[in-house]
Amino acid sequence: MHIPDGYLSPATCAVTYAAALPFWIVASRRVGAMMQTTAVPLIALVSAFCFVVMMFNVPLPGGTSGHAVGMGIAAIVLGPWPAIAAISIALLVQAVFFGDGGLTTFGANSLNMAVVGALVAYAVYRLIAGNAALTSRRRVVAGAMAGYVAINVAALCAGVEFGLQPALFHDAAGAPLYAPYPLSVAVPAMLLGHLTFAGLAEALITGGLIAWLQASEPELLRRTAGLAVPWRRMRRFWLGLGVLMVASPLGLLAAGTAWGEWGAGAFADAAARQAMATASGNMAPPVAAPAGLARLAGLWTAPMPDYAPAFLHSAAFGYILSAMVGGGLILVVFGLVAMLAARRAA
Amino acid sequence: MPDGATPFGRCGCARGPGGGIEGLLHGLVGAMEHAGGAESTAARRGLLQVLDPRAKLIGLGALILSVTLTHRLAVLAALFALAVGLALASRLAPGRMARQVWLGVALFSGALALPALVLVPGPAILHLPGLGWPVTAPGLTSAAFLLGRAETAASFAALLILTTPWSHVLKAMRAVGVPVGLVGLLGMTHRYIFLLLQTALQMFEARRARMLAPPGAAARRRLLVTGVGVLLTRSLALAGEVHLAMVARGYRGNVRLIDDFRLRPRDGLAAGVALLVPLAIVLGGR
Repeated sequence: MHIPDGYLSPATCAVTYAAALPFWIVASRRVGAMMQTTAVPLIALVSAFCFVVMMFNVPLPGGTSGHAVGMGIAAIVLGPWPAIAAISIALLVQAVFFGDGGLTTFGANSLNMAVVGALVAYAVYRLIAGNAALTSRRRVVAGAMAGYVAINVAALCAGVEFGLQPALFHDAAGAPLYAPYPLSVAVPAMLLGHLTFAGLAEALITGGLIAWLQASEPELLRRTAGLAVPWRRMRRFWLGLGVLMVASPLGLLAAGTAWGEWGAGAFADAAARQAMATASGNMAPPVAAPAGLARLAGLWTAPMPDYAPAFLHSAAFGYILSAMVGGGLILVVFGLVAMLAARRAA
Repeated sequence: MPDGATPFGRCGCARGPGGGIEGLLHGLVGAMEHAGGAESTAARRGLLQVLDPRAKLIGLGALILSVTLTHRLAVLAALFALAVGLALASRLAPGRMARQVWLGVALFSGALALPALVLVPGPAILHLPGLGWPVTAPGLTSAAFLLGRAETAASFAALLILTTPWSHVLKAMRAVGVPVGLVGLLGMTHRYIFLLLQTALQMFEARRARMLAPPGAAARRRLLVTGVGVLLTRSLALAGEVHLAMVARGYRGNVRLIDDFRLRPRDGLAAGVALLVPLAIVLGGR
């Protein structure tokens, strides 16, 4: 997955560096604040560990083999921010000293594997592991899935970066100047190898390591175990959520309907038709609502259509109430799922 | 997938076949041999070896940037010729460059570039004998760009590492604005990579010495997972020990490096000339 120099255009390289930069800054601040003086030796050793792990070829069913990247392991043992720092350092050492991955493409490689890979691995692990006990078998499955999904999402990002090149950067005759394959070829080509061999290797190593740690060093899993979070640490989240709910009537300032969200009745309304044509590059909408849209439009009537409950006369208050009801429902659903998961794990 | 498109083999090592312990040991030894070889070529007296590491880092970095900037195959060919000339002037044998850089990149990027000959749409210039598939003009251009860029950029990157002691490359990074903390971190990572490689090597050799017959695939997987687990535990334990040692020597969270480089006129000239190349490419319409 290490993209060499010359495969991506300078513009793509600049964009990926810019996209990775905020994550590097936050990671460096968080790691420094979390670990104080232990940060430097810990990150150095984990980076070296990630590097060495990338050299381990895992025998896979079918007589072939693949190698892990270690993004799942780093994210699960250290947490997402230290993992971003450690994997980025490992990638930089590989690029500078071993020629594995380019220098101009270091931003892209870090974005794919260190940033996206580590964050996805952490999110999947936390989602599946829930509040399960440190030695629960569910954590092994969560680790394997985290590794598998993370490497595939990272490969998808690389595939998209490759696939954008021929459309954006070609000479006058149409010859691609960098990676030559369009999205329709690059994305499946990247995913084919990762959904099978590389993904399996990452899943085996990450899941296997969780099982090994459970048996010999379970405390190493505690940092990201996702056990109960104290109320005080969530204060900022609740405050932010409240501010966003109160600010939700700002949506009323936007004129017209969002593109593609027109109702079946809009096709019969002259003003709405004009707005649709203007928003679609002056392309006239169909004379009548498409048959499928007309048939399915009446299938479900929302209790609070257009964020405006019928019993309220104030549009702004309707928005705030809708935000509170919507946000509350999501929290309730996730709370129930977490409760069920915790009960099963117990 | 450009995995393995490295001047020094995949992940810095020459991997053995399959996922066996033999292959792994071969890879680990290969990585360490590569490091030793690079240190010995960096100690020779040649054109690039006598230049200041900062000038080399900036100059070769500018040339790698030039490789990605240009939209002309003739410029790419000239840059490749420059890389070959610099290698010869730095007393790096063409055979070594071919073995360590050109062959590996040609095999990998070549495999990626070949389908472009027939997959990129455009007017056909010939048909593949036997198969009858049309090779298009844009496909040929595209494949040449991909292979040319990968080979040339990898050559410049290899020139830096093969002519500069690694500790000097790290210190030189300060000149391009890399924060001192990151440089210190890279230095430690680099140092511990070899320590962990050696630990892994000893661990798997000890295991091999206790095996009566080659293990099956499932046993090899268990062996690898156990190895990774032991290595992780050792890494974290070592991090604690290293931290205590650093604190005992006065470390309070700030990394400091001794910068003893001296920039001479010839170093400035070399870096300046190299910086002109990307500038000329951009001003000359690429």
